[in-house]
Amino acid sequence: MAQTQYAIRLEHVTKTFGGVAANQDISMQIRRGEILSLLGENGSGKTTLMNMIAGIYYPDEGQIYVNDQLADIRSPRDALALGIGMIHQHFKLVDVFTAVENIALGLPKGERFDLRRVRDKARAICEKYQFALDLDQKVYEMSVSQKQTLEIVKVLFRGADILILDEPTAVLTPQETERLFEVMRNMRADGKAVIIITHKLHEVLEISDRVAILRRGCYVGDVLTADATEASLTEMMVGKKVELDIERPEPKDPVRRLAIQNLTVYNAEGIKVLDDVSFDAYGGEILGIAGISGNGQKELLEAIAGLQHAAPGSDVKFFPPEREHQPMELLGKTPRAITEAGVHLSFVPEDRLGMGLVGSMGMTDNMMLKSYDAGHSPLVDRKAPQELAKEIKEELGVVTPDLNTPVSRLSGGNVQKVLVGRELAASPIVLMTAYAVRGLDINTSYTIYRLLNEQKKKGVAVLFVGEDLDVLLQLCDRILVLCGGRVNGILDGRTATKEEVGLRMTNLVKEDAEQ
Amino acid sequence: MSSLIAWILRAIPFGTIIMYGAMGEIVTEKSGNLNLGVPGIMYLGGFAGFASAYYYENLTANPNPVLSVVIALLCALIASTLGGLIYAFLTITLRANQNVTGLALTTFGMGVANFFGVFILNGSSYSAAPLANKAFAAKIPVLSGLGTVGQVVFSYGFLVYAAIVLAIVLFWFLSRTRMGLNLRAVGENPATADAAGINVTRYKYVATLCGAAISGVGGLYYVLDYNQGIWATTEQIEALGWLAVALVIFTTWKPLNAIWGAYLFGMLYWLYQFLPSLMGISVPSYATDLIQMVPYVVTILVLIVVSLRRKKENQPPASLGIAYFREER
Repeated sequence: MAQTQYAIRLEHVTKTFGGVAANQDISMQIRRGEILSLLGENGSGKTTLMNMIAGIYYPDEGQIYVNDQLADIRSPRDALALGIGMIHQHFKLVDVFTAVENIALGLPKGERFDLRRVRDKARAICEKYQFALDLDQKVYEMSVSQKQTLEIVKVLFRGADILILDEPTAVLTPQETERLFEVMRNMRADGKAVIIITHKLHEVLEISDRVAILRRGCYVGDVLTADATEASLTEMMVGKKVELDIERPEPKDPVRRLAIQNLTVYNAEGIKVLDDVSFDAYGGEILGIAGISGNGQKELLEAIAGLQHAAPGSDVKFFPPEREHQPMELLGKTPRAITEAGVHLSFVPEDRLGMGLVGSMGMTDNMMLKSYDAGHSPLVDRKAPQELAKEIKEELGVVTPDLNTPVSRLSGGNVQKVLVGRELAASPIVLMTAYAVRGLDINTSYTIYRLLNEQKKKGVAVLFVGEDLDVLLQLCDRILVLCGGRVNGILDGRTATKEEVGLRMTNLVKEDAEQ
Repeated sequence: MSSLIAWILRAIPFGTIIMYGAMGEIVTEKSGNLNLGVPGIMYLGGFAGFASAYYYENLTANPNPVLSVVIALLCALIASTLGGLIYAFLTITLRANQNVTGLALTTFGMGVANFFGVFILNGSSYSAAPLANKAFAAKIPVLSGLGTVGQVVFSYGFLVYAAIVLAIVLFWFLSRTRMGLNLRAVGENPATADAAGINVTRYKYVATLCGAAISGVGGLYYVLDYNQGIWATTEQIEALGWLAVALVIFTTWKPLNAIWGAYLFGMLYWLYQFLPSLMGISVPSYATDLIQMVPYVVTILVLIVVSLRRKKENQPPASLGIAYFREER
């Protein structure tokens, strides 16, 4: 075996965050002159694993060997000294600096400071790998793709020969992706080891030589791309079905509550994040929305709730119970008007306190956020919200020393209960939840499922954006799969298989397969 | 014509005071620290410089003018650096709110200077350090006698020229050196600077302390040159300190702009005294304060124009006023 066959070798690497294992006993190898895809669902531990190689995290257990030498990587600097460079999803660039200035930032002190020499060397790198980059351009004038290119040039400039790219194509157009792949192939031809973190199957098959798969923090295995198909990769990625024993009552006489037609949304950068989405939601059923995060789930819910602008031609109709033949157009209405009509959004963002709750206020005050303008008195009514807070505390078992303890001091699960409880208490007609069980322990998750089922029995139309396919398949009556902002099929929750959903999440199905 | 010259002769020393204050604040703000304690720091620098020069003159048998300059400068630098240290420790290490800390420092600096000033004043309304004043205000020999040009260009104390040199040095430092590049990165995007291996805390500390030292020289120049070496309990320095903060915005954080900006502010500040006589009109005394407001009005106009044009280069450092936490999971 050649001495430097493996650029990186991991031996039994484990990393835990607050008792939850993000990576469990992972052993794998990365070779020179190959492009390795690291494939896995959200939260499967891909980025954590790579962050340990790049010096952002330090493994709790296990060893990392770089070029067959045991390496102790404590910081990104250590990683760079070993020739490891990682390009993160969030770029680390100074906006008002030019490309050259950004490259020069933090260069070792030994050499004389000379921006012209930096520029010459950077230009040579650009020519070698055929990067299209104006080195004198300011970063704030650059497109996302150019910034990414600059990040790559930055690590190459520092002599990296092991490159890790964290979901590089998530922000690129197809043409830009093609150009990035071209550059990656050039780097491979130059003998560098290139790792690409992704969950897009067609990209995996197009660019990589080998695929390594992670699932729930564990290493599933690796296959040569030549031997892999989309179906085999999906199966490795999502695994076998796990029985969860979630209750799923049959929907009772479903009534149409929402009719979404041709909903298209552009984000602030002008990229189409929702593309011609059409579906109906019925009272008395739970409609699951599956998809890799960032495929339009957030925008879909926000557009319905009035928090996002929809492109012309879109249409969102709401059918209130009392006037079912007079649908109400939701687009163009203010978020408040939509909430008052009975369409509620309970969104659990990455930081639970970011949206919906004020961290420094207690439960009672957070309840008041929804009721402060009730009645005609100039003074606010504190009694009703206090009652409500008490009710939620008892019913959902919120652990808090006092109703007035700032919610930011509660544990994540309890904060989530407060948030969901408040939305449920408003007796919604349509209830939208996103990532309602993210970060919750099993028992609390089941409490949330039970609450959602209760709402369903009451005839509420529930939209449930979830991450865990097992939960989606066992809780929801129908599952809408979003992929690249498009509806990629609406499946029956009772008959769909995990592989089917997984495949649709990662790959647009060409033919119209709606049931 | 002669009143125009008199106007300039007044405006340039005035501009020099706020130029020091502003240059110090530019250095501080480039590291992302918004130090509103500039007036307090100028008080500290001015008082320490005056007090040391005063005691040196009065307690020494044969005081040497050069030595008195050195002592006064050194004491002013030390006192204002200590003022900056209070700010730096509170905002960088303890991550206290920058605005509140700065305003507290202003009050603190004024209080300290006025409190200890009581012992020097000893009951009288003012006291003076004539020797130090003579040394600080010494004009350039020969050149200052060369007619009108000589008078306008060469008839100031050495700190006026030092300020111009310092502005050029700062420009060169910020735009041409590795440390300048690193400092700007710290103020723009500390997380990026940190990832690039730059010691963010050290840069913030050093910039804040150096900035305070430079600002303090403005106070020293005010007392020992501009105010003819006289210490009195007035609030004049505070007003100058705020004008310096306004000047930072006016320069759009560029040291070279501080040179002409400061002199322009000086002209505008003295507008009320010279413009009426130049134009041959009389202005009622109650309008004086209104006219002295002009520099602030100009600053607001600059803010409006800069905000409207949204040119990134003219904006304050992106992370100005925000304490830096290294993100940990």
